[in-house]
Amino acid sequence: MTDLRIPERRNPVLRALTDGWIVAKRNLIKIKRVPEIMVFVLISPIMFVLLFAYVFGGAIDVGPGLDYKEFLIGGIFAQTVVFGATFSGAAMAEDMQKGFIDRFRSLPMARSAVLIGRTGSDVVYNVLSLIIMGLTGLLVGWRAHHGIPKMLGAFALLLAFAYAISWIMAWIGLIVPSVDVINNASFIVIMPLTFVSNAFVPLESFPGFLRPFVEWNPVSAVTQAVRELFGNLPDGHRAPDVWSMQHPVVYTLGWVVLIMVIFVPLSVQAYQRASTK
Amino acid sequence: MTEMIHATGLVKRYGDVTALVGLDLSVPEGTVLGLLGPNGAGKTTAVRILTTLLTPDEGRATIAGVDVAQDPDGVRRRIGLSGQYAAVDEYLTGYENLEIVGRLYGMSAKQAGARARELLARFGLADAADRPSKTYSGGMRRRLDLAGALVAEPPVIVLDEPTTGLDPRSRQQMWEVISDLVDSGATVLLTTQYLEEADLLADNIIVIDHGRAIAEGTADQLKAQVGGERIEVVVADPQRSVEVAAILKEVAVGDVAGGDRAFSAAVGASGAEDLRRVLGAITAAGIEVLDIGLRRPTLDDVFLSLTGRETDDSTEEASA
Repeated sequence: MTDLRIPERRNPVLRALTDGWIVAKRNLIKIKRVPEIMVFVLISPIMFVLLFAYVFGGAIDVGPGLDYKEFLIGGIFAQTVVFGATFSGAAMAEDMQKGFIDRFRSLPMARSAVLIGRTGSDVVYNVLSLIIMGLTGLLVGWRAHHGIPKMLGAFALLLAFAYAISWIMAWIGLIVPSVDVINNASFIVIMPLTFVSNAFVPLESFPGFLRPFVEWNPVSAVTQAVRELFGNLPDGHRAPDVWSMQHPVVYTLGWVVLIMVIFVPLSVQAYQRASTK
Repeated sequence: MTEMIHATGLVKRYGDVTALVGLDLSVPEGTVLGLLGPNGAGKTTAVRILTTLLTPDEGRATIAGVDVAQDPDGVRRRIGLSGQYAAVDEYLTGYENLEIVGRLYGMSAKQAGARARELLARFGLADAADRPSKTYSGGMRRRLDLAGALVAEPPVIVLDEPTTGLDPRSRQQMWEVISDLVDSGATVLLTTQYLEEADLLADNIIVIDHGRAIAEGTADQLKAQVGGERIEVVVADPQRSVEVAAILKEVAVGDVAGGDRAFSAAVGASGAEDLRRVLGAITAAGIEVLDIGLRRPTLDDVFLSLTGRETDDSTEEASA
């Protein structure tokens, strides 16, 4: 007979992190059991890199002194991690539908743990896809010119931005009635956010009325930031003369903080009130 | 005896629909309360309130003396919930499913692992322990889900329609498992749509309809109210109907219903003996019998006698 005496846990932060890690482990086991998921997660960024580099690359003029492939990689990275973040939404909605959230909510675990675990396992997905995309980028001729520390800084910024998006998606996942809805909903939000940005084409090529949106779109900022950190912009390149583009790292981090401040409490509240539909 | 589950005046509204209209219930330690009612009666709403998943609009509930609203975490440490949906992660093995629950209760990895093995063996899942639960049958998944509710050996166990949707054999197995649990002294709240299930497992039954208790008592008391078992006879020749009715009248409690070829009569506690006597008499009289049987009262009969109408599944689906 197992001794079932459970040690009293007092530190709520430690408890949230421990429970979050247990939930994240559960999510990651799924990758091991259904490797197909990971294959598709990794194939789509490879496809994007190749598609844009070789199909559109010739048609898109990114200005003098710059190869499109160099320009493209930062944008692909940004788009892919943002898409990767949508896993949180679909997975939360699925857990709701299958009654897992009820089971979790009936356990004496930290209220934020399921969300911490969910968003945390998205980071693992994103790290893997960044590695694969980086390698694909190297194959097609992309390079990080400013050294390893700045390159890692760029990756960290991408992950931080994606992590914040994960919390938005997790919140949506808790309030939508089914998994199908979330897939469509995230598509509607993510597509314009990533395509109406400087991720694939230079900011200058957008018509005037779209410019302000593109300039202040956080996806543009994160893309601009990683391009600068990778050294993927031509010598003498001047960032567009708006604050968000002049200070893309600070602007991106500002968005990360803002999103977290709003959506962490909102998601935890939605989780507490969640009921299986 | 200590009250392990106690609720007074629980009210829950969803917009215009009132799912619970002042439900009271109490379950003494080591007993099983069956909450019996059709879909949408408010059973699941009651369960969700008692397991801290839902806040009542009015009323108060305690689990092992701990108030559901004041100390939800304290309540969660004292209950195990097994729901209508088997909350089993199909990508995880049976072992992993249980281990995670143990860890989330705050057990060490070693404790949680040992407890998982123990429960898998107890529920006849040892051989399947390290297979992804996707490969399990419906009955195995339910047993695994139930095992999940027992990981921390909680003093109070809540089973929300544990056998709904199971085939008869799996249902039988589930009943055996729950009976063992009850024998080991657990306090159980069981919701069900089947009178047979409540009869078999519960010490006390509350019949609930439209969010309120409409009857309470032991299975025998309820059945007595319904009129117990009925003998139903169908004969080939309508010419003999007077004789058949007379034979039934000998054993019937109250009037003999029907006529022509089909008859029905409520009988007392010794239904099987009465059935034998009726069949003997009819055979001796040389009347050809097409069908004869002893029918146990169903939830529908309970409802019919308590409310004067059939169970209606259509309304209040949202609150189910």
